[in-house]
Parts: sequence; structure tokens; C-alpha cells
Amino acid sequence: MDDIFTSVVVESAGISANHPLAAVLGGRGEVMQLTQASHAAALKPEPPGGLSHGERAALACRMARLNDEETLARHYEAMIPEGSEPLFMADPAFIGGDDNRTKAILRHTDLVTTNPKQASEGDISALKDAGIPEPDIVRLSELIAFVGYQVRVVKGLRLMTAAA
Amino acid sequence: MSEPITDFTTIVPFWKPRVTPVELDKASKEQLDAMKVTPSDTGVGEYVLVLAHDPKTLKERTPLFNGIMYSHGGLSRTETELGAVAASLVNRCIYCAAVHSDRYNQLSKDETVIEGIFDSGENADLDPRQQAIYNFATKLSQCPPEADGADMKQLTDAGLGMDEIFDLVLTASLFGWANRLMHVLGDPIPREA
Repeated sequence: MDDIFTSVVVESAGISANHPLAAVLGGRGEVMQLTQASHAAALKPEPPGGLSHGERAALACRMARLNDEETLARHYEAMIPEGSEPLFMADPAFIGGDDNRTKAILRHTDLVTTNPKQASEGDISALKDAGIPEPDIVRLSELIAFVGYQVRVVKGLRLMTAAA
Repeated sequence: MSEPITDFTTIVPFWKPRVTPVELDKASKEQLDAMKVTPSDTGVGEYVLVLAHDPKTLKERTPLFNGIMYSHGGLSRTETELGAVAASLVNRCIYCAAVHSDRYNQLSKDETVIEGIFDSGENADLDPRQQAIYNFATKLSQCPPEADGADMKQLTDAGLGMDEIFDLVLTASLFGWANRLMHVLGDPIPREA
């Protein structure tokens, strides 16, 4: 992954190698490469631990939608295995049905994505009470936090292209 | 144990995890490798040990963090810290706000800017360049992000170049990440505790 112009954030912002902003992005080439490496680490880690690749993609899609970031939402939707269970999780209107684990994950994902300032000790306890092991709580937290970063980089880059 | 701090401060608190940290002597080779490069923060040992539960993201995020915060060129160190503070205020991450407001004060040798922001938020008495940086980072940190073309124009009118604006975008976004870890996975506790 040496070509930053094929990275998810740069492609989502619609910036190609011959764009006037190419040199500015190139000045932070290492940061862009690490952003792409973080995408791989958050979405497709091997082994995935207690959060499958499908669930990760579906949650990322859900978070992109909560941020009105349709381009990234489509990118993540395409990463969800077709006809799989996690597909439901991508829809912000779905809050988990009868499954306690899914309900706890979706509630936490929505809270930390949309209103992180309200997160408290009780929200981590709720995940533990739903039977989610601590390493998976950290994996989920990193996924939520990474997408929080990524949607803002894309939004910022798009504003820059409009001003450049 | 003292109660968590709920008001913004420039005195860096102690961070008390809500998730059991990895025990260093039981850490896997991958976890040890991921923890090797740590941010130049002090006192985040427990934080890194919590994040070591997910070594794959930790390994990438640490150099990414340093690359955004400490690279040469682009936005000045002082103004980068201002962007970090703005995001941390939106997300109410007391720990991150303390670390980066303290750094801002040290670098700028002017405590009135942070005092004004802590007291009055967006109504603080800032110069046009500080105001543009603070506004943009604050709006980009909302969910959904609220920064728009007018905020971008405020930045260019205040004299920021595209390389500086890109660094500001990266910094505010990075704290959309860092705040969601630090504020969610632990509590800020007074240091005297």
C-alpha cells in the first residue's frame, strides 16, 4: 500500500494523483499510509477475536450512516458478506432484536459514535454484563474510534477539494 | 479512591482504566511489539496496557499519532494543540483536554486562550486565526460533522495554507479517535489520589 491515492480516505474524498491537492497529501504520505494500515487492522484483523469481519464491516457502515457519510457507508456495505447475519447491524434503525450481545454492541456503538461525551463507567459495565470479554470491548472501542477518525478525515478532505 | 474529575483542567489527571489492563509479564510477543513505540506522553502506561488487548490497531495508531502531532512543516505545534483541545472539549475527554491544553500553554506561553475557551467556549475572545482553527475543529468533531465551506473560508481568510488546513483536519479527526478511547475506557482521577 504505497500509493496513497488508492487508499480508502483519499478515494472516498475523490482526490486523484493529478489533483491540485496531491502534493499536500503527499506531504503527509506516511500518515495516509498508516491510516490505510489502521483501516486493515480495525476491519480485517487476523485473527478477528470475538468480532467477525462481517460484524466489523456492518458496524462501520452503521457508523458511517450515523455520520451522514454515504460514500464510506457504501464502501463498508460492500465488505459485508452477502446474506449474512451482520447485514442487519448496518441499519441504524435495527437495535438488536432479541439478542443481548447484539443489543449491547449496537447501543454502545451508537452512543460512542454520536454522543461520546455521555459515555460513562456504566456503559462499559453494560458490555461486560452482556458477556462481552474485555479484549473484545477494546477491539470494539478501537473500531468505533477508528471510524470516528476516518469519517472526519474524509469530510475534511472533501471540504478542502471544494476550496482548493 | 477519589471521584473522577468532571470539570476541564490543565492539570494532567491520573487515568484509571475501566477495563483490566494486560499484565506485562503475561503479554504475548505481538502485544509487546505493539507497545514498543509509545506516544511521548508520560503516565499512560495503564492506557497502553489496556489498548494492548487489540495489538493490531495499537501498532498502527501509535506512529500515526506521532506522525500527525509531531511532524515538521504544516500547522505549528501550538496550533495543532489548539485543534486537539477543541475536539477534546466537544467529546468531553477531560484527560486529553488537560494534556493538550497544558502543552498549548507551555508552547504559546499564553494561558489566556485556554482560560477563555474553558470559560466561554466559542464565545472566547480569540484572534481571527485562533478563532478559525477552534471553530473548524469544534464543528468537524460533531456527529455528523458540521464543518462547512464557510468554516473553510474562515481558515483561508485567516491565512492558513492548505498544508496547514490538512494538518488541522488530521488533528481534529485524530482526537475523534483518541477521545473515544481515553474517555470511554477509563476515568480521569486527581493525581493526589
